[in-house]
Amino acid sequence: MNNLALLGDEALALGAVDAGISAAYGYPGTPSTEIMEYLQRIEQQKGKPLARWSANEKAAYEEALGTSVFGKRVLVTMKHVGLNVAADAFVNSSLLDIQGGLVLAIADDPGMHSSQNEQDSRFYSEFAHVPCFEPTSQQEAYDMMAQAFDLSEELHVPVMVRLVTRLSHSRAAIEVKPARTENPGKKAPDMKQWMLLPAMARKQWHQLLQKEKKMAAYGETTPWNPLTRGSRTGLITTGLGLNYYKENMAEMEEIPSHLHIGYYPFPENKIRELASNCDEILLLEEGDAFVEKRLRAILTQNITIKGKLSGDLPREGELNPDNVRGILGLAPRETLSVEKMELPGRPPQLCKGCPHTDTYLFIKEVVAERKESLVTSDIGCYALGALPPLMVPETIVCMGASITMAKGAAEAGMENVMAVIGDSTFLHSGLTGLVDCVSDNAPVTIIIVDNSTVGMTGGQETRLESHRFPPVVEGLGVLKEHIRLLNPLSKYHEENKKVLREELDFQGVSVIIAVRECIEWLRKQKKGAK
Amino acid sequence: MKYDIILCGVGGQGVLSVAAAIATASSIEGLKVRQSEVHGMAQRGGAVLSHLRISDAEIPGDLVPKGSADLILSMEPLESLRYLDYLKPNGSLITGGDPYDNIPNYPEIEGLHESIDRLPKSRIIPAKELARQAKNPKASNMVLVGAASSTLPLKMESLKKAIELLFQRKGKEIIEKNLHALDLGANS
Ligand code: SF4
Repeated sequence: MNNLALLGDEALALGAVDAGISAAYGYPGTPSTEIMEYLQRIEQQKGKPLARWSANEKAAYEEALGTSVFGKRVLVTMKHVGLNVAADAFVNSSLLDIQGGLVLAIADDPGMHSSQNEQDSRFYSEFAHVPCFEPTSQQEAYDMMAQAFDLSEELHVPVMVRLVTRLSHSRAAIEVKPARTENPGKKAPDMKQWMLLPAMARKQWHQLLQKEKKMAAYGETTPWNPLTRGSRTGLITTGLGLNYYKENMAEMEEIPSHLHIGYYPFPENKIRELASNCDEILLLEEGDAFVEKRLRAILTQNITIKGKLSGDLPREGELNPDNVRGILGLAPRETLSVEKMELPGRPPQLCKGCPHTDTYLFIKEVVAERKESLVTSDIGCYALGALPPLMVPETIVCMGASITMAKGAAEAGMENVMAVIGDSTFLHSGLTGLVDCVSDNAPVTIIIVDNSTVGMTGGQETRLESHRFPPVVEGLGVLKEHIRLLNPLSKYHEENKKVLREELDFQGVSVIIAVRECIEWLRKQKKGAK
Repeated sequence: MKYDIILCGVGGQGVLSVAAAIATASSIEGLKVRQSEVHGMAQRGGAVLSHLRISDAEIPGDLVPKGSADLILSMEPLESLRYLDYLKPNGSLITGGDPYDNIPNYPEIEGLHESIDRLPKSRIIPAKELARQAKNPKASNMVLVGAASSTLPLKMESLKKAIELLFQRKGKEIIEKNLHALDLGANS
């Protein structure tokens, strides 16, 4: 649409292309989705890089490891909670002898605009002992990619680049640099360094600890961690904290001494240097109190530290140009003084004509007939059915949990247990739960709401087409007579209720597949066809 | 020159196209732009807010601070009142007058219009009606861009060019209808 300016997500994607990636893998999730969408547009125009959605984040990460073992550069994209799913692959991958540069672009969501938590991915980078870059602008998102890939190949480790919602979804014009060519395919020279059997893994762990020293040394010298001298107040900013400081800087009486951290492991020596000239340290961190928690261990002297843990900044939600003013010693800005009306909120809701609405309407009526019931649900548009007026789902935890929680509840003795899960979520993390249900013949009714797409994130393709679901479910061992296909249209309302009643009464595994397309997706298809 | 705008409405009302039109026009005039958008869950019929910042100098961040917006441009009346804290004491508010009523407790429209009229610099635009006149009911949002054109620090010419660029792929007819909507808004 707007060619002149790129979203943070798009700038990062273009940075990866210009850093010479051959492939990219990911799973959609707000606010990271637009990275892959942009790469797919480039692939369509230019034939490369290969840009593919995967069944889940773990699959995406492992597919990328395959690219790297053949010496080519590869990007992996996901949202913060996606890394919980990919954590096994991610944490172990730092022990490998990474060949083609491997960069994990991860988008955190402080403020939970579109997520179930605020987890800060920097903890993961530290946990896995890998470096992490954190841009504060679209330009930096672009520029950091080249360095992230270079560092990955220099130290033979994966590298993380952390975005947050505000940067992912903000546009600005950027300047691009000459593109680097792709790496030729070349198998890793020593495959022993790709086999994490205990004896070899011990060697790799030793290696990683050596590499970690180099990662730390890089942090002391990189221009992404600039230290400037000012007053006897020391300020440390990370991520977008820098922007909000700059926004308010002109009003501050004295310019503080300032360290900005754009690369981790953060520079401990620079922090000591900053503190040695200051009486107090202020921290503006976008995300959790990651640096703040570690400051006490680095600074042994008696020095005041103000940040999120000290209560000088809110611990919840995002930073913004206003909530950082207090800690910077500034009064709130003057706003228009008028009498304000009490306004009702306007939460998101299912689109008018959404197939999920009709599915929930018949579930709701059957639930009302039963003395006891539980409707577990999952991550996707259909989670919006938990809000008024539908209010059907009773649990929403993480990808795939609807099926497994339903099993646990049914086995604990609960009756009429239903799991509502989307088609894409089912493929992402529902299959394994279904295997458990079948193995133990758990009395659960799984309702797959198949709308042909990943709706919440804007209509990406589901990995399998609708007609593949019944054979998949049957192949896992669900009895054919308890696999029920239905069309969630209001004209079939009574029939659909009957189906649900029958399956709830069956004391074994039932899978109801409610097939009807997402209307947003249909619209997109029509647009595409034109 | 520095000009901060709060754009708001409900998911699906075309807030992002408004942002794109103004941002593109600003770039055409050689100004720097930063624009934050809402994607994902809130787009499903929820309240949508976009921060748009225009300047001839470097812009430090993507968010407009409270008390700093020169303009609130809203697609509908209830949403226009949600972000008053962002408005400068002498800032303007321009909103479409037609309610987008997708919640059970939508307030009385008269009360909303009164609250808007009480603000020092506010205008309510019959955007729906003007879009109908432009024979493009979807172009209410461009009517509102037109209505804001005399307040924005941009030339009408640049806004027109921006609309041509944005709708290029959709053909001449759509471009014309949107330009017509822009004009009707500008003369409202
Ligand atoms: S995007 Fe599709 S699945 Fe999501 S609420 Fe709208 S119609 Fe339903």
